[in-house]
Amino acid sequence: MSAEAKHITVSGLSGEVLEITGVNTFECYQCGKCSAGCPLSAEMDYPPSYLIRLLQTGDPELEEKVLRSFTIWVCLTCEVCYSRCPMSIDIPKMMDFLREKSRKEGKANPKAKEIIAFHKAFLKSIEKTGRLYELGVLGAYKSSTFHFTQDLALAPKAIARGKLHFLPEFVKDRANIVSIFSKTVRKKKVKL
Amino acid sequence: MILGFYPGCSLKGSSREYTESVLAITKAFDIELQEISDWNCCGATAAHNFNKELSLALPARIMALAEKQGLQEVVVPCAACYSRLAVTQHELGKNDELKEKISQVAGIEYKGTVKILNIIQLLDKYVIPKIEGRVVQPFNHKVACYYGCLLVRPHAVLQFDREEDPQSMDTLMTKVGATPIEWAFKTECCGAGLSISRTATVARLSGSIMKDAADRGAEAIIVACPMCHSNLDMRRAEINNFLKEKIDIPVLYVTQALGMAIGLEKKELGVQRHFVRVGI
Repeated sequence: MSAEAKHITVSGLSGEVLEITGVNTFECYQCGKCSAGCPLSAEMDYPPSYLIRLLQTGDPELEEKVLRSFTIWVCLTCEVCYSRCPMSIDIPKMMDFLREKSRKEGKANPKAKEIIAFHKAFLKSIEKTGRLYELGVLGAYKSSTFHFTQDLALAPKAIARGKLHFLPEFVKDRANIVSIFSKTVRKKKVKL
Repeated sequence: MILGFYPGCSLKGSSREYTESVLAITKAFDIELQEISDWNCCGATAAHNFNKELSLALPARIMALAEKQGLQEVVVPCAACYSRLAVTQHELGKNDELKEKISQVAGIEYKGTVKILNIIQLLDKYVIPKIEGRVVQPFNHKVACYYGCLLVRPHAVLQFDREEDPQSMDTLMTKVGATPIEWAFKTECCGAGLSISRTATVARLSGSIMKDAADRGAEAIIVACPMCHSNLDMRRAEINNFLKEKIDIPVLYVTQALGMAIGLEKKELGVQRHFVRVGI
């Protein structure tokens, strides 16, 4: 690898992606298979191959667009892009890194408000009880997004079928779970 | 025969019929499932969206508990949990430093000695070899075997079946008398965890899946994932609204279809719990 190429791969956001995840965005030659196969392309501001192109430029302004994109949040990690990439670029792994960084830097796209609210409600539930409390997550999600009436019609049907539990299940060693959270997602006082 | 069992959260709540049918099948074939003691949530989509170490530590705790319990093989019926556990094994298996760090975060030593089995692997390994003579009511229907995403992707991690046009569930269903259809949406995404936060997206994605299955004459969709199930079943009203059609094809867990074929009671398999009535 020439000194110049080496310089490109270790600098900027794409350099960070490479260093932390091992995903080399410079291996992408823009065939577009990821974007063609992505079930969410139509809802993204930049489809996956476009997002990688933005990273390849090394332009700080364009890198900023990546971190502020809606793409990284609406991505479902369905893994189609990775499975079809002729260069086996692990795009979902890159997306995970970009989401984490975007949130840490307070750059999450406002359009992703609901998606992020759901993840937050989910994790807070796990932190408290160790296991998912579905009704609790729904309640927390609704109160944080003000979507109070959403899915109300589902509830009686779910109850009639014995699918909704009114009480959470608890992990016995809850201190262990709380400690896992405090060493990871709560570290550096990042707000959940 | 004793196998470890990680039900995960969905199987204890909104997808309890999946657990019921898994337990009914294993009982019928003399397999004892031993639940991992004090298991926690795998972290699902939320954990890996927010924090990598959290997404590894939660599954690591689960598998470390299974190791302590002396389990060699653990059955993980939920495809999403299976994926999170497999990714963790993969990531920690190739990096000792990370393994040590995550063990420290999880507060329990993770060795990586447990083998995890998805539902198809469980059935293929321990049920299908003994199926001869047990099929008393062949599942004589045209079925669309729907694998979704996380049962087969990414292959580099899971090493299970083919990523495009997988066959394992089709083969299995053939053995209990079903006729799997050829269709284009076997591994398309249902919308997964966006069910609550972007329901319209789920209606569109799951709608395309249902439409293709219906157009090709499927009488039932067969699934192996509680998320796929809840999107195709509980979200049917939104799907039909999106398609402007009324599709009433039921969605069954592979374990329910198999259970019906070996003559187990529908109720024991939790079939009555679905939103879309199972009339077959």
